[in-house]
Amino acid sequence: MSAYAIERAIDIDAPVDVVWRTITEPDKIRTWFADAVELDARPNGEGTLRFRVDEPDPLVVPITVVTVDRPRTFAYRWIPQPDRHPGPGNAVLVTFTLEPDGDTRTRLRVVETGVDELDWPEAEKREYVKDHLEGWAEHGGRLQTLFEDTAAS
Amino acid sequence: MTAHDPGIDDALWDAVADPSRRRVLDLLVARGDATPTVLAAELPFTRQAVTKHLGVLERAGLVTSRRAGREVRYSVTASALSRASELMTETAKRWDARLARIKAIAEELHAQESRDA
Repeated sequence: MSAYAIERAIDIDAPVDVVWRTITEPDKIRTWFADAVELDARPNGEGTLRFRVDEPDPLVVPITVVTVDRPRTFAYRWIPQPDRHPGPGNAVLVTFTLEPDGDTRTRLRVVETGVDELDWPEAEKREYVKDHLEGWAEHGGRLQTLFEDTAAS
Repeated sequence: MTAHDPGIDDALWDAVADPSRRRVLDLLVARGDATPTVLAAELPFTRQAVTKHLGVLERAGLVTSRRAGREVRYSVTASALSRASELMTETAKRWDARLARIKAIAEELHAQESRDA
């Protein structure tokens, strides 16, 4: 397990197939994630996420699909550099896991790993973390806890 | 709704975005006050590497140093650390916000399709 990892989950009152479509179909992804989405949701399929499309500094993020196991697992790699191809060692891995809870409920889990394992120059990692990543929620939580402990003692 | 947060403090982020540096900072927070030698003894980094990380943290205002004999002792700066924690918390909320939007969209889609069925 990478030192950098974030895991989040949510319970959704919808069947697993509906949640699956929400996280894999470009017109749905557009409503919760990026401003514009192109995606070929098949293993090794490629796509782009576009952020800040109406601003002076738009951001284009290439992604490569890693796992498509409908309706249980969807994973892709992404990299915040338009001219690079996302792959192991140079891109962060995002894995969605869907667990049905009866016929009408789904537990959706997302795990993001890898930024500290990347072979990018430090400056690029910093830029990535700054621009994209929620990743050090874990580190942040730990720092905060330690800080409170120190302040209390 | 974009991933960009224009309000972040660049120096703080630069200082804490590096995982190795966060380990140094974590340990210093736990110790409260320490020399690079003491910190290096508990980390898989050389004293020189620890000193370099501490320098970046100091320039970001997260730690302060003072000379103690032949060594330099470092301690954390509470106010800056508190600000860093705030930034981290803000950032941590982004995936939660995305998941909340996924939930709302999926539930709406489900309701719509149930009505249509």
